[in-house]
Amino acid sequence: MYWGAGCGGCDVSLLGVHEDIIDLLKEVEIVFWPCAMDFLHEDLQKMEDGSIDIVFYNGAVRTQENEEMLRILRRKAKILVAYGSCAIEGCVIGLANLSKREEIFESVYLNSETTKNAQRVVPGTGKLELTPVLPYLKTLDQVVEVDAKIPGCPPPTPVLKEALSALLEGRTEFGKDTALCDECPRKDSKPEKIEVERFYRWHEKEDDGSCFIARGIICIGPSTRAGCAGECVSAGIPCTGCMGPVPKVENQGAAILSAIASILNEKLDEKKESEIIASINDAVGTFYKYSAAKLLPEGRWKDERA
Amino acid sequence: MTFKPKIVAFLCNWCAYAGADLAGTSRLRYPANIVPIRVMCSGRIDPEFILEAFERGADGVFVGGCHPGDCHYVSGNLRARRRVEILKKLLKEMGIDPKRLRLEWISASEGQKFAKTVQEFVNDVQGLHGLA
Repeated sequence: MYWGAGCGGCDVSLLGVHEDIIDLLKEVEIVFWPCAMDFLHEDLQKMEDGSIDIVFYNGAVRTQENEEMLRILRRKAKILVAYGSCAIEGCVIGLANLSKREEIFESVYLNSETTKNAQRVVPGTGKLELTPVLPYLKTLDQVVEVDAKIPGCPPPTPVLKEALSALLEGRTEFGKDTALCDECPRKDSKPEKIEVERFYRWHEKEDDGSCFIARGIICIGPSTRAGCAGECVSAGIPCTGCMGPVPKVENQGAAILSAIASILNEKLDEKKESEIIASINDAVGTFYKYSAAKLLPEGRWKDERA
Repeated sequence: MTFKPKIVAFLCNWCAYAGADLAGTSRLRYPANIVPIRVMCSGRIDPEFILEAFERGADGVFVGGCHPGDCHYVSGNLRARRRVEILKKLLKEMGIDPKRLRLEWISASEGQKFAKTVQEFVNDVQGLHGLA
């Protein structure tokens, strides 16, 4: 398992199998896991190409080092698995692709309120040699061929368990092909017809245990892959889409955007409709929270006027 | 070299596309920058189509449907209206001028309106320059 640009949660999530890890460790030999064990880059280099049966790469590709390591691991791996949302669709850090690298540096290293950086040091300047930050964040499949993927942020335990047993049998296709609504704990409270007249943010309405969308709270469940058994919904919050899109759907955000547009009460006039739509804050962050990385092509567009 | 905008026009079969046909048979002139794509209803237009059009090189996207109340499938055009409105919000947040997406109601008898609106839209997008 290797950790690219990510939060580290995916490495931890491997422990989600709980006691099963003891049996798991009897069946596999871990040959490279910098986060948890003492392996060096040289150990990896010495391995033969194709000699590692399964490589989990979690995190996205944001620095040159992430990319180089990905290419090396691809060579050494028989099966390369994109582990977690960052690796698959970019996850939350993919939202960075809405800005140029220079804009991000300015914001983080120069302009933020509590930063004192009179010498204007940003990564790349100064004495320390750091791996260059790439202009845009890339997902694994934008760099190499990926054999399998385990979705989630991080992959929930049932998803992980199914994936691990499939992979150990040599299967690279696994997971559910339905949307979260199919296994949602609140499924029975979904009405025949949904007619929303107002959107509410989650904290604005008291929870009565029924379907969020039917009550005007945006839930990404309809366009999110099932597998987690509705963990978040069981805890009383709407789904935010971390399991990525349902298989065969490429654009998770467009799917939910379309669904949300469709559930508005048809009797509303155009003006009211506009008001309601205007009340949605942050369309990208809501609909593309985990899948914004590929929203724009590499080399972001810029709208310029004369 | 003058910039020539590439426009993709999704037109509903019953109204907007028929209107475009009428513009043609009436020999009305309008810019050739548009690529018309006929769909059965403007409600068929997935936001994904529009986003992909931009991704693949369109500088502007035009969506033509029936007037509200006249949709052949009753309320498909209302859904299109909402989808386009939310999509415009999204485009703005992405850094793409929402003026590049235009929704118009064009009935089968409005050949002139079609020609006029397309000309206007092409001019607008021309002013915004190329998207890539």
